[in-house]
Amino acid sequence: MRLRPGSEELAPVSARFPAATTATVAGTALHSRRRRRSWHRRALPVAAPYALLLPTAGVIAAVLGYPLYLLVKLSFQKYGLFELVRHKGHYIGTANYARILHDSQFWTVLGRTVLFTAVNVALTLVLGTAIALLLVRLGRFMRVVLTTGLVLVWATPVVVAVDLWRWMVDYEFGVANWTLTKLHFGNFLHHDWFANPWTGFGVITALIVWGAIPFVTITVYAGLSQVPQELIEAAQIDGATSLGVFREITLPLLKPIFVILASLSIIWDFQVFNQIWIMLDERPTSDYFLMSIYSFVESFRISEYGLGSAIAVVMVLFMLGITFVYVRQMVRIGEVQ
Amino acid sequence: MSGPRTLGSKIVANALAVVVLVVMLFPVYWMVATAFKPGRDVLTYTPKWFPTHPTLANFRDAMGRAYFWSDVKNSLIIVGVVVVLSLALAFLAALALAKFRFYGRKAFIVLIIGVQMVPLNALVIPLYILLSRVHQVDKLSGVIVMYLTFVLPFTVWTLRGFMLGVPRELEEAAMVDGTTRFGAFVRILLPLVAPGLVATSIFAFIQAWNEFLIAYVFLHEPSKQTLTVWLANFTTLRGTEWGPLMAGATLTALPVLFFFLLVQRRVAFGLTAGAVRG
Repeated sequence: MRLRPGSEELAPVSARFPAATTATVAGTALHSRRRRRSWHRRALPVAAPYALLLPTAGVIAAVLGYPLYLLVKLSFQKYGLFELVRHKGHYIGTANYARILHDSQFWTVLGRTVLFTAVNVALTLVLGTAIALLLVRLGRFMRVVLTTGLVLVWATPVVVAVDLWRWMVDYEFGVANWTLTKLHFGNFLHHDWFANPWTGFGVITALIVWGAIPFVTITVYAGLSQVPQELIEAAQIDGATSLGVFREITLPLLKPIFVILASLSIIWDFQVFNQIWIMLDERPTSDYFLMSIYSFVESFRISEYGLGSAIAVVMVLFMLGITFVYVRQMVRIGEVQ
Repeated sequence: MSGPRTLGSKIVANALAVVVLVVMLFPVYWMVATAFKPGRDVLTYTPKWFPTHPTLANFRDAMGRAYFWSDVKNSLIIVGVVVVLSLALAFLAALALAKFRFYGRKAFIVLIIGVQMVPLNALVIPLYILLSRVHQVDKLSGVIVMYLTFVLPFTVWTLRGFMLGVPRELEEAAMVDGTTRFGAFVRILLPLVAPGLVATSIFAFIQAWNEFLIAYVFLHEPSKQTLTVWLANFTTLRGTEWGPLMAGATLTALPVLFFFLLVQRRVAFGLTAGAVRG
């Protein structure tokens, strides 16, 4: 049993910011590894970690692994209502894939989903970080108040959030239309935000970003409060502006946090379903299809489970493609942390 | 926290903070305010900013609706079982990942991260086919197992992070002082990870309580549904009953809000800050 040459042995700050102290980490880790290896080997049987992982691995394999396999299998089958009743699909090769790849709707939906994800992730990260930087500059009282407010938003269940945003932008009695009209942005009385998909997606984006900001802000703030004060002061003595400090010190130190936040945001936003489904009364028009809605409608509304599965497989592959780099980087962080 | 600040920049920062706070909190306020308003104050073309005639009518309406209490019960059962099971399983897995070095560890971490990327919406299709084959649609147990799978990776990941935050020096110091490894585990690791356990269980609680899609697809019978699905009952073809819906939404959000606020500050910051410094 080897001891992981991890950073548990190090002071908390350098542990969280591996990039800042790579040289020292290497040095210290070497020393402590030699000293502690024997201690570990004596104390622990080799099989222990595997036994500890077994239950989790079992559940994941059964409820995730097998269905994933089944999903791929279904995507090569004709599986409609008839097959659902018979509990048996009918192999048709790559016909499902051929059908969606030659369907212009599929490409529209894919493009729309990518654009939607990019906009939502960017807005969430930028606004979330901006508010975190604001938090750092506040006095204790204001900071606690703002944090509490953010936590309140964070804790609001998504389904609840969708309903209350739906209420705010209601075409007849919604507070948004009245306010915008009063602020002279134009006549919004009886304005239906969802008649035009662009404004409809605008509302949905606002809702998603609003709900996602607290997590980003609080995580980034936690990271910011770990940045060594000496570094910042040293830079300021050298004449760095606050923008310079942010770019040269804060950003590189917080890079691991940003990588994690960005990857999680991409994962969440690429598969957005509830917000659109509930916002549009469970009957979204095809203008509002993102990948997950598209796949769901093909399966559960049109009962083309095979076709829906093929769309879902493409969605899974696409997400893996996007996030492959992130996984690698996260593993790297995991190794060091 | 960042160098010398003038009075002016302080005022700007505080003003900005107030703006952010108002923008972020208004939707939540509006939900609660609407919930307490009588019907004639809800449906007005000019918004009534404060519930000047507060009433509990909307709450009585929501709680008196069919299946409210049975769906509360279902939500509690599902969430309770999911939290306990996921925490127990994740604790073991996190222990292995954080405190051991073994062959396949990296692969398992990749698996844990990768699994979080698998969209639930994609898995709903094969899971539905599977469960309908064995006639397990409309059963709470099926939903519990499915929730467990999407809660677990995240719980393992967060718990592992908390465990890595416990410096090995502390455990070793205890062992040098003559404690057994198990004693060090119980007396040092467990208390230090306790805030992490609380935080993680809250994350699991929230994820399970808030889940919509799986409950929506797999629980058809109204008496078998969860609160998030129950909320859809307020929207009919004739329109939405906003007052009662906001009351129902408030009730759904309440446990999460309360729980979250109660423990958030204790767990979010400073786990072992200062324990080993210097």
